[in-house]
Amino acid sequence: MSLSTATFQPQVRDALAAYLIAVADDELIIGHRHSEWTGFAPDIESDVALSSIAQEEIGHARLFYERACDLTGGDADHVAFGRASAEFRNAVLTERPNGDWGYSMVRLFLYDRADHVRLDVLASGALRPLADLASTVRREEKYHLMFGEQWLRRLASATEASRGRMQQALDRAWPEALGMFDPVPGQEELDADIVPVPLAEQLLQWRLGVIGVLESVGLRLPAGKAEWTRGRIGRHSDDLGTLLDEMTSVWRSDPLAKW
Amino acid sequence: MPTTRTSEDRIWEALATVKDPELPLTVMDLGLIDEVQVTGGRVHVRMTPTYSACPAIDVMRQDIRTKLLNLPGVEEVQVELSFAEPWTMARMTERGRARLLEHGLSVPSRQSAEAVTCPFCGSTNTALENPFGPTLCRAIYYCRDCHNPIERFKPPLE
Repeated sequence: MSLSTATFQPQVRDALAAYLIAVADDELIIGHRHSEWTGFAPDIESDVALSSIAQEEIGHARLFYERACDLTGGDADHVAFGRASAEFRNAVLTERPNGDWGYSMVRLFLYDRADHVRLDVLASGALRPLADLASTVRREEKYHLMFGEQWLRRLASATEASRGRMQQALDRAWPEALGMFDPVPGQEELDADIVPVPLAEQLLQWRLGVIGVLESVGLRLPAGKAEWTRGRIGRHSDDLGTLLDEMTSVWRSDPLAKW
Repeated sequence: MPTTRTSEDRIWEALATVKDPELPLTVMDLGLIDEVQVTGGRVHVRMTPTYSACPAIDVMRQDIRTKLLNLPGVEEVQVELSFAEPWTMARMTERGRARLLEHGLSVPSRQSAEAVTCPFCGSTNTALENPFGPTLCRAIYYCRDCHNPIERFKPPLE
């Protein structure tokens, strides 16, 4: 399932590697945030669920890093743990601290829906090893979609207080969720047969899907023009730096160690 | 000159001793191995994991490498992960199912979805407690008759 045997024009290869790293960065960073709920989630079932979802996101990140390394050389662990904040391409949405359970669930719902659209597109692409991987990941992450939507519905329709918290969480998460559909540098070089649906259209598909659910539980999209920090071009909040300091501390203590 | 062309039989026998570190099963019981190709001293194994993010994959890959490299005539072993075909329950052998049952897990049938049976009392009066469990391939149910929590083997969704 390696991509190393496929031949690409250099600019296509670099754009594809950048794209795969953005996908992997999203998965790694949100996976790390989910893992911070281990031991602290509101009930034991959610604790196990988020630990499991975290494990899966991080495992998927690794597979996408490996595919990027097929193209550019290098080692997945080094890419994951050896870069500075500005070299990460994840959407800023994924790096924000967990905040309360409501924000975490709104973010998980928005993120996994966006990831699902992206995986759908990759799975329909012509690059076989990548399409196969995407359809496997999509299948496995269906459980994440169900988990996110159940919590969103439950909290948004429980009490006045819980609905208010969910609306606040949505107001915060929404603009940064749009950043999931920003292009990576060089994205225009990516052949339409590898990523067969343009980002603008992916965004529309995602919006339609999530708005349907949000409206059905009485949540409103925030008014006004959305502004967000462009994680896909390496602009991040300080939250990512803090996260990386912690996440990479063991790796940095001996980068050449074999685990 | 000894003519030690590795026999495929010995390779399959060795594979049948490689265990999943999270389950009382071998890679053969699970039906993970798609193909073995032998070219001179080089062995190429293609393997479809149950879950792509399963942390046991690395342990099994390393174990396959070590065990096959111990065979006479084998000089190089490559274990490739494949996602071309999804892993489904149909790949698990009957022996594999029996071992999981013996281990105290509830196990879906190899063919189709059906009621979740309690491995302790046999009741189907069971309820899903959590689709997520202690490993990616397990879910938690509860038996309303004997009041035991149940771990059920969870194949990836179709």
